Formats: sequence, C-alpha cells, structure tokens
Amino acid sequence: MSGWQTIRIALKALLRNTMRSFLTVLGVIIGVGAVIAMVAVGEGAKAQVNAQFSAMGSNLMMLFPGSSSMRGARGAAGSAASLTWDDLNAIRREVPSVKLAAAQLRASSQVMAQDQNWATTITGTSPELFMIRNWTIEQGRFFTEGDVDSASAVAVVGATVIERLFGLNLDPVGQTIIIRNVPFEVIGTLKSKGQSSIGQDHDDNIFIPQTTFQRKIKGASRGILAGFVSIQTHSEADLPRAEKEITTLLRQRHRLGPDAENDFSLANLTEYAQARQEGTKTFTLLLASIAAVSLVVGGIGIMNIMLVSVTERTREIGLRMAIGARPAHILLQFLVEAVVLSLIGGLVGLTVGVAVGWQLGQQFGWPITFSPALMMMAVGFSAVVGVAFGLYPALKASKLNPIDALRFE
Amino acid sequence: MPHTLLHLIEIQKTYGEGDNAVRALQNVSLTVNQGEFVAIMGASGSGKSTLMNLIGCLDKPDAGQYVLAGQNVSALDAAALADIRNQFIGFVFQNFNLLPRTSALENVELPLVYAGIGADERRARATKALTAVGLASRLHHHPNQLSGGQQQRVAIARAIVGAPRVILADEPTGALDSQTSVETMQLFQKLWQEGISVILVTHEHDVAAYAERLITMRDGRVASDHRQQPQGATQGGQHV
Repeated sequence: MSGWQTIRIALKALLRNTMRSFLTVLGVIIGVGAVIAMVAVGEGAKAQVNAQFSAMGSNLMMLFPGSSSMRGARGAAGSAASLTWDDLNAIRREVPSVKLAAAQLRASSQVMAQDQNWATTITGTSPELFMIRNWTIEQGRFFTEGDVDSASAVAVVGATVIERLFGLNLDPVGQTIIIRNVPFEVIGTLKSKGQSSIGQDHDDNIFIPQTTFQRKIKGASRGILAGFVSIQTHSEADLPRAEKEITTLLRQRHRLGPDAENDFSLANLTEYAQARQEGTKTFTLLLASIAAVSLVVGGIGIMNIMLVSVTERTREIGLRMAIGARPAHILLQFLVEAVVLSLIGGLVGLTVGVAVGWQLGQQFGWPITFSPALMMMAVGFSAVVGVAFGLYPALKASKLNPIDALRFE
Repeated sequence: MPHTLLHLIEIQKTYGEGDNAVRALQNVSLTVNQGEFVAIMGASGSGKSTLMNLIGCLDKPDAGQYVLAGQNVSALDAAALADIRNQFIGFVFQNFNLLPRTSALENVELPLVYAGIGADERRARATKALTAVGLASRLHHHPNQLSGGQQQRVAIARAIVGAPRVILADEPTGALDSQTSVETMQLFQKLWQEGISVILVTHEHDVAAYAERLITMRDGRVASDHRQQPQGATQGGQHV
C-alpha cells in the first residue's frame, strides 16, 4: 500500500465527518496561531529594544556628580557640584579608551515661537553629543565648536518641539524661538528617534551650546560642570577598562583618600540595554511557552477525537483486518489521520497567526516581526503533536482482535 | 482425486479459564476439497462460529494443525495471517460490513488495496466483480443508496475480487427477506458452479439446502457430515 494511498484513505475518513474534523483541528489552529502571533509580538518587542539601543548610542557610559550631603541627609546622585570642566577635559585627554565625551546641562523651560508655546527640556552641550547619541539632521545643521566658543544663541530642535511650535507646514530653520526671554535662532532640526525604552520622548528636546546655556539659561559656579557627561568608548570591550580608568583618574583629581567613597558615579548604559534585551528574550519565551501549552491542549483534543473515532469505527477496523489489513496498516491509517488533522491545523493556524499578529500590530501600534524559521517550526511541531497524540489511539486500533472488532455493536 | 483446500487436524479451542472455561472445539478434524460447497449448521454454542473463525484465519487454535492451501497456518503471527486472509479467503458477513459513505466500487477495491495492487487494475477488477454479481449499473452508489440484497451483493463482489480459494459466508441471509435470500443463495451457487469453494455458516435449513455437503456441529464436535443434492442446482459443481 503506497503512502499516497494511505493519505487518501485518511483524508476520505476525515471528510466523512467534516464538522467534527474541523472542531478537532480548531485546537491545533488556535495553538499554532497563538505560537506564531505571540512570538511575532515578542520578536517585535525585541526588535524595538534593539532599535532603542541604537538610538541611545552604543558603547555608552554616563558620568554623574556625586550626591550632596547636608547634615547627614544625602541628596540624589548628581546633586553635588563635584564635577568640573577640567575633569571632562582630563578624561578626553588622559583616558585612551574614551572616544568621545560630551557634557549635558539640563533645564526645563517654556519655549515660545510666534503664537505657540511648549514646555520642553533644554540641553546645553557640545557637538560631540550628536555623534555619541546617533542624532541625524533632518533640516539645517548641527551647531559647531565655533558656536560653542562664541556662545551663539543657536538651537538644534527635536521633532516633537518643531511640531508643537511650528506645526508641520512651516520651514522652521531660520525661525526664532524664545527661551527664558532670550531669542535663539533655529539652525537645525533633528530626525525623529521616537520614544526611549522608559517612554521618554527623545524628540522633545532642544540642544544649545553649553556656553550659551551657562550664560543665558542657568549659570553655575566657576569651573563647575552642573550636569552630567555622556562618554563613548571605542568598543564594547573598552567599557570596563574605561570605567576603571575614569574612576582612578577622578579619584586622583578629587584627592580622595583610600577609604573615601567616590564623589561621582558611572553608569554603564550598554549593560543596562543588554539586560533589557535579555528581558525581552524572556518575555518572548514566556509568550511562546503559553502558546505551546495551547498547542498541547490541541493535541489532547486530537487524541480524544481519535479515540472516539477508533471506537466508532471498530467494525470498520475489524472488516479491514478480515480482508487483509495488517496491524501495521491499521496503525498507519489512524496515525496518518491524526497527522493530517494536525498538519492541516498547523497550516491554517499559521495563516491565522500571521493575520492575528498583523492585526495586533495595527491595532495597538506594536512592532511585529515574523520569523520564517519559527513558522516552519510551529507547523512542524503540529505534525509532531499529531504523531505524539495519535500514536496511542492508532496503537489501540491496530491491537484490536478482528473477531471482537467485527462483532462490536 | 480432488485437491484439498483445507485440512483441520485435531483442533482444540477453549475460551476462558478454570471453572468458566468453555471448550468451543474438541478434537475437530475436517477436510474440505477445492470446489466444494459446504454448509455448517448447529445450535448457538455448538462451536460453528469458532470453527468459522479458525477456518477464516481470524483466530488461532489452542492445539492441532490447520493447513490451508498447502500452508500450515496454525502458528503464523497477525501480519502473516492478514496476508493469508487477503490472498486466499473472501468474507461475506450477515450485516454486510460495507464502509459507509464509500462507493460500491471503492468498497470492492478494498482487499486489492491491501494486496498492493495499482489503482487502474483495482478499478478494472472491482468493476468486473460488481458486473459478475449484477451491479454493473451501481458502481458509484453508496451503501445507503442500495437495498439490502444489493448491499450483500457488493459484499460478495468484495469477497471474490481478490480471486480467493474460498468464500466464507457467515449467516449471509440473516439480514435479508426471503426473496432476496433466495437470490443471494442462487448467486453463491452460481459462483460455486464457476469453481470457487464456498463455506457457509447458517442455522436455516432452507439456506443450507443450497450446499452439496452439510456439516452439523454439536457441543464443539462434528455431529454429522454428509453429502446432499443441492437445491435448485441444475448441475453439480465443477470439481477440479
């Protein structure tokens, strides 16, 4: 008996009970569909984290001033005025693993342009920051070292601020915005980066030269860097070394004794991003295993129906045996029926899963990623489910005694 | 000298164990020749069904030898017995045992499927068998579209399609009215006259009368075994 013949017999048997076959298959459809849709969501989340990771900038470390301490009450990290501009220059000069370093001075402020206003974050910095943070220009230009040296009143503005102040129609480059009563010329707009991993809008930002910031927005004691520093190393492998070298350098510069605590802190953002990537991996795994459970439940449904089918067709089995079917033929017939059922379920489930995943993405604005390897795996797994849960009913059928089977009422 | 079709030697079969044991067959020895038309009669519990199952290779004896078409089949396993049934025996049952929602043609093809015969030849032979039982115009009807007598004729076509040595019919007229019973028995007689051996189990004397040899079972033994003039036959079977 050929393989094709066996499959045809199985298909015919299944088509004799179309409604029941469909309901049986539904479990597998839902199982495979769930696996595909859930993993698509998980993979999408992973891709999103990766995108955020690259938006943040790679090989990144943050240097914060230490916390201030007043009569025993300790302030937050960054509250002390322990970093100086000379510290920043020393890091640039003396730590070879550091590629770029840029100060970031921050203030929240109301910004006005024409008849609109908007509250946003003003960052005073140097041009290195645009490279460290992977910013790209949409229109106009970044500010330069020259702008920093001359403390020009120029601003590079994020997409959200542009949209709030100028709408979508007007060309903002060359326009004037007013921050704390000081007019600034918009010289460039930034390409949108979207939200950060913790939901902050990267694009709700205005960048101005750090010198201008200190003079016009928020002053600081002479020589004090009243903000934090973004540091980029040459490679990921350089991060731990840079951390150690910067720590040594700053302790030396700040004349800290061997027992004194650091009066600054270093945060390795790349490590943080990797931890988040691990997190999404776990999330994907969790979704996939929940979905896999439903696939197993689908398999149990198949086993249930196959057992009913074997009982119902006992006479048929007896007859087939009487006219020459070997036990192996009967075993194969029921096994193929189970596998055909689950494979059909797998293929329909694949379609349903893709449709549902796509719909979820549309509905909730989730990023969705379909992996072809996973789709093939899910369909293959459904066939495995068919074999695993079809085997027991098929074995039961093949072990029937033909005389009893023929006499079965 | 006629060829031997099957040979039962001192066959014993017991069901159950201990006090509940039922000795269904006790030292039954029997020879049936090629081309014979045998009717086996007996009250229920006489052992005739057990005998039929053993002859049909559906069951194995506890003791004794069974030789079918020159092969000792008493010690074969389930798969080998399936092949023997497929090759040498055609079954006809009281309740027809046709596959529902399956055409007459496909029902008749079924033994050939397990014999590993290709689709074209299967179709040709099944068509021929259905024509031989007078159902050439019903090839694609499903069992529920056929009368009881027609269904039994499909079953007979299925029994002869593999060109077996013997047809085993277990109460073939049990589910039929008297008119179709007569037609069915005449069909068996026609097949017998064309050279196929027929062994028939029945409890009706009218039906047994169509055979040329009548075996009566009682309490697991052969009570009587004699030849008779088959009813309605214009001539004897073609003994080879």
